[in-house]
Order: sequence, then structure tokens, then C-alpha cells
Amino acid sequence: MSTNNYFSGLFGGIKSLTTGLGVTIKEFFTPKITEQYPENRKELKMFDRFRGRLVMPHNDQNEHKCIGCGLCQMACPNGSITVTSETYEAEDGKKKKRLAKYEYDLGCCMFCELCVTACPSKAIEFSTEFENAVFDRSKLVIQLNRPGSKVAEKKPVAKPATAAPTASATNNNPKTPAAV
Amino acid sequence: MFDFTTVTQWIDNLLTSAMPTWAATLIECVLVALAVITLYAVFAIILIYMERKICAFFQCRLGPMRVGKWGSIQVVSDVLKMLTKEIIDMKNVDRLLHKMAPFLVIVASMLTFSCLPWNKGAGIIDFNVGIFFFLAAGSLGVVGILLAGWSSNNKYALIGAMRSGAQIISYEVSIGLTMLTMIILTGTMSFSEICQQQADYGWNIFRGHIPAVMAFIVYLIAGNAECNRGPFDMPEAESELTAGYHVEYSGMHFGFYYLAEYLNLFICAGMASTIFLGGWAPLHIYGLEAFNNIMDYIPGVVWMVGKTFFVVFLLMWIRWTFPRLRIDQLLSLEWKYLMPISLVILVMMALCVSLGLTL
Repeated sequence: MSTNNYFSGLFGGIKSLTTGLGVTIKEFFTPKITEQYPENRKELKMFDRFRGRLVMPHNDQNEHKCIGCGLCQMACPNGSITVTSETYEAEDGKKKKRLAKYEYDLGCCMFCELCVTACPSKAIEFSTEFENAVFDRSKLVIQLNRPGSKVAEKKPVAKPATAAPTASATNNNPKTPAAV
Repeated sequence: MFDFTTVTQWIDNLLTSAMPTWAATLIECVLVALAVITLYAVFAIILIYMERKICAFFQCRLGPMRVGKWGSIQVVSDVLKMLTKEIIDMKNVDRLLHKMAPFLVIVASMLTFSCLPWNKGAGIIDFNVGIFFFLAAGSLGVVGILLAGWSSNNKYALIGAMRSGAQIISYEVSIGLTMLTMIILTGTMSFSEICQQQADYGWNIFRGHIPAVMAFIVYLIAGNAECNRGPFDMPEAESELTAGYHVEYSGMHFGFYYLAEYLNLFICAGMASTIFLGGWAPLHIYGLEAFNNIMDYIPGVVWMVGKTFFVVFLLMWIRWTFPRLRIDQLLSLEWKYLMPISLVILVMMALCVSLGLTL
């Protein structure tokens, strides 16, 4: 029995060792994952799931999807998001809520992506941009909605969206100081 | 095949015609020593660069890339850094032994290094019991390691040195037995004759077929252990012993250990290529005259260095694949597996030779 064990152990060991050697020699010839960062800055492409910083995508009419509900602010464990919304009177006389200012403090963010998960309208996402260093901490507080931007209306109600610019133009002024 | 003795003979004649014999011999000795030291340093630099690159490639990295094209000057700058570092005098060490140990290691390594046959007629130390000399000189290194561990007055160094002693003495048994196997095949212990035979009749690994291939594998495993390299790097297991026996060394004293480690790797590979893969003997395939003639045009030193680097690559492949062994696993691998196997190989080879079964 023990001689059996000896030989089965010996040949089993040899087999597993050669398997290991096979794995490493395959790895030897695979393309290498090292990024030579400052040199390849031009062509460097981060992988899609990288969480660089939070952004709010705007379309070419300067419209975003944020409805100002504040769920992301509540989801954020570090309190790095401050959503300020305002009410306004729509053309049909109803009072509506809309986003006034979306402030994101990159310095507090721990890149957990809970805000993106919580967002009901998919208005925010993480970009792969990672060169975030600045010289002053106050520059890390970023306003995500662009000046003059408004909520993208859903397609069936496309008409009232044309009337919105006058309202958003008035909102323009209070936003600019926050962008510092 | 180009015979290097024409060059050495010419230098010898030139010197003896100009001065008395003793002066000529002295100058020749100095020239050879300079050549050995230069080769030693150059190969160390190449090997360290190779190790860093190969290690990186096995781990899906690129390795050093910044200093020079493809990081080629990285090792040169590392060596310069090492040369300028301070050698710190420790307070409670055995001064004499502590300072002597790295020199013992490097001397043993250089002695074995000069055993390698570089080309036809270009062996530095070559006499009829060359393999004995090689084994004996190689064992000097372990004295240096034990002295380093003992004199450092440090428990990590001492444990590392003791492990290293146990390991090297054990694995030397396998190395001796596999070398003996090849001596049975060749019938000589002189390196030049072993190579000459392989140039005439084919490489030993082909002549000795099954037992020779098995002996080659056992030699590679035991040789890797003999060089204290992973997966047998117990003496310097950095996770347990910080750096093992050379933990108290700094500057160039540490550099000597570092150099000797890499050169021992090269020597182990060079000896494998000498006794198994033909040394400087070119590859000949029986019956293909045109192919054999082309192979003869490649100089012997290229064959020797090429084969050696091939074996070095095999050893590095082993090193960067397997995790480190425990000390009891290490010893049971040698005494329960490798030594009985090499004894069986020895008997097999003796039978093959006596029954005329070799090619």
C-alpha cells in the first residue's frame, strides 16, 4: 500500500508540476498588461468599468437626464454629493421641481458607485478619466450640471421643452460661482 | 571546428620569445584572471537583466523599461549604485569571518566558473579529474554561506545558513550521482574530452537516451536547489527570514552574494550544457551532411553560450512557476525521491553502457 502511495504520489506530482509549467509558459507569450503611463498618455485607454470621477452626461442640446430627486445624495455614504433643486411654475400652471445645482466633491468620494446605482433616470455615471490631481482642495468640488443645461424631456412631450430656455437662462447666474 | 589553442599558442610564443618563461607564465595568468573576472561581471549583468525580464513576462508584466531602450541599462545603474553603497560595520559580529564569508562564496563561484569549456581548446581549468574538481570547488561556497550565518550574530541569518547547509549538502548527492551517470557514458572526467566526444559521436543526451534525459531532469532540479533558487530558496525565504544568511550584509559584500547567486545559476546551466548538451559541440544529425557542415560554421563559443542560456531559461521557468517548499518537503524530495531515482538512473546507464545499448 505504501509503495503504491509512493509511486502514485510521485507520478501525480510530476503531472501537476508539468501542468503548472504549461500554465506559466502560456502566460509568457500572452500580451502584457503593463501600461507605460506617462509615455503612452495619448493612446492609453482605460477599461470601461474604471471609476475615475462622477460625470453627468449632456447631449448636444445641453440637456441632461437628472430630475433632481436627490436619491444619489441619500445613497452617498460620504456625503460627497449635494443636490439643490428648485421649484418653478410650468406653463400649464403646475408647480414642478427641477435641478438647480449638482455639486460633487471628488475629495470625499470613495468611488463606490452607489449613487449611479441609485439613480432612477441614469443621469450620472463614472468616467474613466483619472488625472484628477489639482493644487487646491476647493477645486475638487465640481458642479456636474453645465451652466444653462436643462432636463431632457421625454419624446411625447417635446413641445414644452422649447419654452424652457427662458426659465433656465435665469438660473444661469447663480450657477457660475459654484463652478470655481 | 575552430581550435582556440592556436590563439593561446600564438600569445604564448610571443611572450616566451620576449621574456623568460616564468614572466610569460605570470603575464598569462594575469591575462586569464582578467578575462575570467570580466566575463564574470558581464554575465552577471546579462543574467540579472534576463531574470528581471523573464520574471516579468511570466507574471504578465514588462519588467524594467525606463532606463535605456527596453530598460537595458537598468542593471548597470543598479551595479553602480551597489558599488557606491557604504559597507556598514556591525558591532557584535565576528569581524574576520563576517568579512571573509562573501569572498569565500565568490571565490568558489569563480573557480567553478573557470571550469566551463568555452570553445575547443578554450577551457581555463581542464585536467583529467575536472568533474571532481568542479564538485569540490563548488562545495566551498556552502562554507561561505555557513560562515556568513554564523558570524552575523543574527537568528535569521543563522537559520538561513543552517537551512542552506542542509539543502546544499543533500542536493549535492543527486548532482554527484547524475554526473557520475554521465561519466559512465563518456568514460572520462575531463571537460575537454567530454566535449570532444560529443562533437564526434553526438550529444550525450541523445547518446544516453532514456537514462540521460532522466538524469538531465534530475540534474536541473538538484542544480536549482544547489543555487539556492526558488522553489528551493529556503535560505533566504524573505517572508520568514527577511533575507536569510546575508541579512547583515550591505553594499558590495551583499553584492558579492548577489553576483554569486546569479553566476552559480549560470555555472549550473553551463555544466548541464557541457555534460548533457554537448558543450561547444555543434548539433549534428546523422546522415544530413549539408546541415552538419552549416552547423560547423557556427563558432563553438556561440553554441556553448546559447545552450547555457537555454538551460538558464529552463531554470528561471521553474523558479517563477512553483511556490517555495517547506524545509521538510525539501529534504524529503531529495532523500525520498531524487536520490533513489538518480541511483536507478545510474544502474540503468551502467547496464546500457555494458550491454552496448547507447547510440
